[in-house]
Amino acid sequence: MSFMSPAVRFQNVSRRFGSVRAVDNVSLDIEPGEFFALLGPSGSGKTTCLRLIAGFEQPDEGHIEIFGETADGVPPYRRNVNTVFQDYALFPHMTVGENVAYGLMIKGVGKAEREEKAKSALAMVKLAGYESRRTAQLSGGQRQRVALARALVNGPKVLLLDEPLGALDLKLREQMQEELKSLQTSLGITFVFVTHDQGEALSMANRVAIFNEGKIVQVGTPSDVYERPTSRFVADFVGSSNVLSPEFAATHGGRAAWTSLRPEKIQIAPQNALVPAACAHAKGIVTAISYQGAVTRITVATEKLALIATTPAGTDVRKGDSVSLIWPKSAMVAMGEGA
Amino acid sequence: MTAAVAERQRGIGGAISDLFFARPQLVTFLLLTPPLLWIGVVYIGSLFALLLQSFYSLDDFSGLVVHEFTLATYEQLFEASNAQIILRTVTMAALVTVASAIIAFPIAYYAARYARGWTKALFYLAVMMPLWSSYLVKVYAWKLILAKEGIITWFANELHLRWLLDGILALPVVGGPSLSFSYIGTFLVFVYIWLPYMILPTQAALERVPANFIEASADLGADPRQTFRTVIFPLALPGIVAGSIFTFSLTLGDYIIPQIVGNSRLMIGQAVYTLQGTAGNIPLAAAFTVVPMLIMAIYLWMAKRMGAFNVL
Repeated sequence: MSFMSPAVRFQNVSRRFGSVRAVDNVSLDIEPGEFFALLGPSGSGKTTCLRLIAGFEQPDEGHIEIFGETADGVPPYRRNVNTVFQDYALFPHMTVGENVAYGLMIKGVGKAEREEKAKSALAMVKLAGYESRRTAQLSGGQRQRVALARALVNGPKVLLLDEPLGALDLKLREQMQEELKSLQTSLGITFVFVTHDQGEALSMANRVAIFNEGKIVQVGTPSDVYERPTSRFVADFVGSSNVLSPEFAATHGGRAAWTSLRPEKIQIAPQNALVPAACAHAKGIVTAISYQGAVTRITVATEKLALIATTPAGTDVRKGDSVSLIWPKSAMVAMGEGA
Repeated sequence: MTAAVAERQRGIGGAISDLFFARPQLVTFLLLTPPLLWIGVVYIGSLFALLLQSFYSLDDFSGLVVHEFTLATYEQLFEASNAQIILRTVTMAALVTVASAIIAFPIAYYAARYARGWTKALFYLAVMMPLWSSYLVKVYAWKLILAKEGIITWFANELHLRWLLDGILALPVVGGPSLSFSYIGTFLVFVYIWLPYMILPTQAALERVPANFIEASADLGADPRQTFRTVIFPLALPGIVAGSIFTFSLTLGDYIIPQIVGNSRLMIGQAVYTLQGTAGNIPLAAAFTVVPMLIMAIYLWMAKRMGAFNVL
């Protein structure tokens, strides 16, 4: 194990199920101490990647290394990684304390010591005093915390989280996001988590890998992938985006390439409004208004294509109005190709 | 605004529907009364009559039942010959149960974990099919298999293993003149006949153990053997206990199998059969019947103490 080795390394990894390539020639380095998100729609291969790291799946091609050591053929019970399962997978025949101490019991840690460690792990996830409860008595959020404590008590080198917040309601999810983030910072363990929720990925991760059809289509920091998507898929999947055709982009001050333009960058102005020099504009008619609480989404049909703009709520635009759309030319991000 | 809010109700059927809708307790009451009456009077009632009979005694001299409360009949159970019947039956039931559990578990595990589609259909067919044919036919079939001139002896001769068969039959207690006249024979038939009752509940319990429990256990460092011991087996235990209730109590009460395949030593079921029939000793027959019920109660209590039902 050298100092330079990444926490997790995928080298040209493929995993097939029948004729389906669930993971297709994926190469990826996850650095030690990173909070790394695998983001993508369902069936894009992100969960299979997580299972490959955990050892529940073995690659058909390619190699996986964990902290410089090969993981080829190593069963899950000999890997120093732990998983928080999507539906938590808490053992119903054990108390909360026994669940948390399970990994230590398997390793042969003495009863007193493992109870002590389970206790402090539960305290860490704010469930002090829950040791003797049965798992059936817990709420979803509490189960999530127990699952987290059960994994962390083993001191894993990498913690894997499979849609960890998927089953929680919105308020709890936001709270857990904060807690996971600060837990990761204080423990310094590499976290790899799978999510289909782009908001979650952007707010928690240091870096994000975006999956589509078994392949990684972009890796970068949250602002990288949001501000500079390299493909229509990423532009569309991470937040919503207006995708401008090469012709439209070229005639509006951009490059002749498929271009992403975020709705929040577009301003709605009266038809005869002045357009600043650094900005582009298009005229059109409002065809739909959708109130969404904090913002309002306005669809405007221009001569060539329909654009979506979001404005802070409380706009006085009405359906059928003729308006001018104004956006900074710098907000137009040219993407690789049409894909 | 003349449109009626409520659609006009249609006839007597509509009225009854409305009544049931408004009073759901009434539906429950009507649904439960007949079966509760049946269970209360016919089932519990007859059981109570049985219990009552066991506290009477038989006048040895006149051969008539004396309708006076006494524990004398229960005392008779402890006489050497009767106590032996009980011990023999309980030992047989326990051995049959353990053997069934050991044979059933791998089959149930395979069916729950790996069988899909047509292999699963085949599993159900294979386990259930013996239940569709007559119990007596199966027992007599086994008698022919185990008989001195039967298939097993023939096989033993063909394979030059006759010495092994003779050696087994020469064993004290369990052996006998032939397999069909030995405890081994009785045991084999019991295990065959009750096996499906062990496989099905065990399989149902294993079916409810999600695959990700096994993954979670492996993830936390447990090798397959540890996972089996600490996760799979404890979660399957309620099913095994449910199955053992069948195999244990059915063996305790059966009087046909030991009658057809076995030596002439009585089991509880046979004792009850003879006592209430030719001997006319209803009180002792009743007392004998109480024994399996008591044993089952103790067994279930112990299973509960051991945490077999914690997951339910």
